[in-house]
Amino acid sequence: MKQDVVIRTVCRLVVPFIQLFALYVIIHGASSAGGGFQGGVIFASSFILIGIAFGITDARKRISEKFTVLFSATGLSIYAGIGILCIIFGGNFLGYSFLPLPLPGPEIRGLAAEAVEIGIGITVMAVMTSIFYDIAVDEEAA
Amino acid sequence: MIIDHFPVLVVVLPLVGAFVTLLAGWADRRLCFPIAMATTFIQFCISLQILSRVMQTGPLHYNLGNWLPPWGIEYVIDQLNGFVLVVILFLCVLTCLYSYRSIHSEIDEKKIPAFYTVFLLLVTGVCGIAVTGDLFNLYVFLEISSLAAYALVALGREKRSLVSSFTYLVMGSVSACFILLGIGHLYIATGTLNMADLARLLPPLYGSTVIQSAFIFFIIGLSIKTALFPLHLWLPDAYRYSPSAVTVLLASVVSKIGVYALIRILFSVFTPAFIIIEIPVMEVFCWLAAVAIIGGSVLAIAQTDLKRMLAYSSVSQMGYILLGIGIADNLAVTGGILQILNHAVMKGCLFMIAGAFIYTSGIRSIDDLRGIARTMPLTAAAFVIAAASMIGIPPTAGFMSKWFIALGALESGQWIFVLVILASSLLTAIYFWKVIEYMYFRDPGTRCAEVVSTARDPPAGMLVPILILAAACVLFGIFVSIPLEVIEPFVTGILGGI
Repeated sequence: MKQDVVIRTVCRLVVPFIQLFALYVIIHGASSAGGGFQGGVIFASSFILIGIAFGITDARKRISEKFTVLFSATGLSIYAGIGILCIIFGGNFLGYSFLPLPLPGPEIRGLAAEAVEIGIGITVMAVMTSIFYDIAVDEEAA
Repeated sequence: MIIDHFPVLVVVLPLVGAFVTLLAGWADRRLCFPIAMATTFIQFCISLQILSRVMQTGPLHYNLGNWLPPWGIEYVIDQLNGFVLVVILFLCVLTCLYSYRSIHSEIDEKKIPAFYTVFLLLVTGVCGIAVTGDLFNLYVFLEISSLAAYALVALGREKRSLVSSFTYLVMGSVSACFILLGIGHLYIATGTLNMADLARLLPPLYGSTVIQSAFIFFIIGLSIKTALFPLHLWLPDAYRYSPSAVTVLLASVVSKIGVYALIRILFSVFTPAFIIIEIPVMEVFCWLAAVAIIGGSVLAIAQTDLKRMLAYSSVSQMGYILLGIGIADNLAVTGGILQILNHAVMKGCLFMIAGAFIYTSGIRSIDDLRGIARTMPLTAAAFVIAAASMIGIPPTAGFMSKWFIALGALESGQWIFVLVILASSLLTAIYFWKVIEYMYFRDPGTRCAEVVSTARDPPAGMLVPILILAAACVLFGIFVSIPLEVIEPFVTGILGGI
């Protein structure tokens, strides 16, 4: 699929900024508006933009389906792993303040909440991308 | 102690299992089944342990993230949740075992990891609903289990599975909207989502239209989820076109968890004082349930497809649970909750048998079952036991729940519902007898001879769960005191004040 050079150039320029904004939304999720889900969706939208501008085959080459499967499981394991670590260190599930880090309690809570948000963000990003792949039809097949 | 964390582990375990299955399926598809089986089995053991602790020490409370209840999410397990948790996990373990052989013939080989992943996500959802003491958390888990269920229905090979999955999706989403609206109303009015807290804050507000409309939203939403009679239209297709193991899950696990959510909201969020005295909704409920019982049976008689017949029979049998709750008498509610266990066991068994017929001979229509008892004796025998239980012949389990509901109806002077139960038992006998007659007393004839003569009892992986459930149909009828020991303290607890 040969598309306009303007579209492709603008897409190349915009994608890093979308991803940076996604990271900002994920990181600020615990303290202000945003969060793992919203950030994950924004991150996935950058991949979807690549898919629209360069064609789905090209996008599949860059971000393979194996990658999306692996990352959706990774994100979930970060979330569940932190929850279970809290149990191991004597707290309840997701009782962040029990994590043995050399920091004051509120900071541990904040950091662990961020880590959980990052896990959610990774899973949402991977799942959104894979939903796009499932719905999109290859241009060869169409 | 790890034992203190069991209420949350029962939910986290299948979640972890789901993504382990996803990754393992990538390496080797054969690893998926053992992981799913081990996960559900460990959960079942945990749920037994939870129930025995609840029976000894009273309700368990677990604060997620060490946040105290009205602010954080609280998991509360009393006799009712403990009981429902054990029932659904028992069925999940058997369905998982059953799926090992049946699913290979019904879905594409490369979708097997997806099947077990979504299966475990469904288990996560239903266990979450069962343990949570937070209304919004309940909604989230309801969505998880429903979304997983839509995906499982869509796994079927026929084109119609996609259509029926889509219908189910639309109806399920409408129902979820109603439930969310109800939760929103309650939250605006009280500022809390914790069930125990709501039960404390709501009584002074019972006159408010906001609370009453919230209540109506809950009733409508959960009636769609449990397929109460006029709202059951998504159910027959969803049951008919999904793979056998999925049908078993839908009929015996997903529908039961909807009823559980209804009971929880009726009796633990709102109080019996509200639903019985403030607005006479129980009266309406009884009549709707009575219509469901009769209507479901009549529609079941008209079916020619075995799975569709069983699906309509489910509509009728779910009516019994709602009738028991609607009569709101100690005995009737006991019978209704008992029916959760009994119907899960009976219908699970029957749908597994319907799946076994499809697996061994490809027969879906009742008309083609002529003389199949000769070549599939054990399966046919299990069918007879489960059918007897559905009709309510003593000493089977089905008799016990009907008996308690009928006693409750008599005790509260609503004898008309006793007639409904009697009439429905006769109608049930009609459509099950038709199947039994075809299986045992009809000659295969030339049309079915070849199929019937080559049919065999299914492999052990499918036969064992069928026989366990058939045995359970009888055992829970004879030893009815075992489930009653769990149910009765709960029922006297909620209805004691009336």
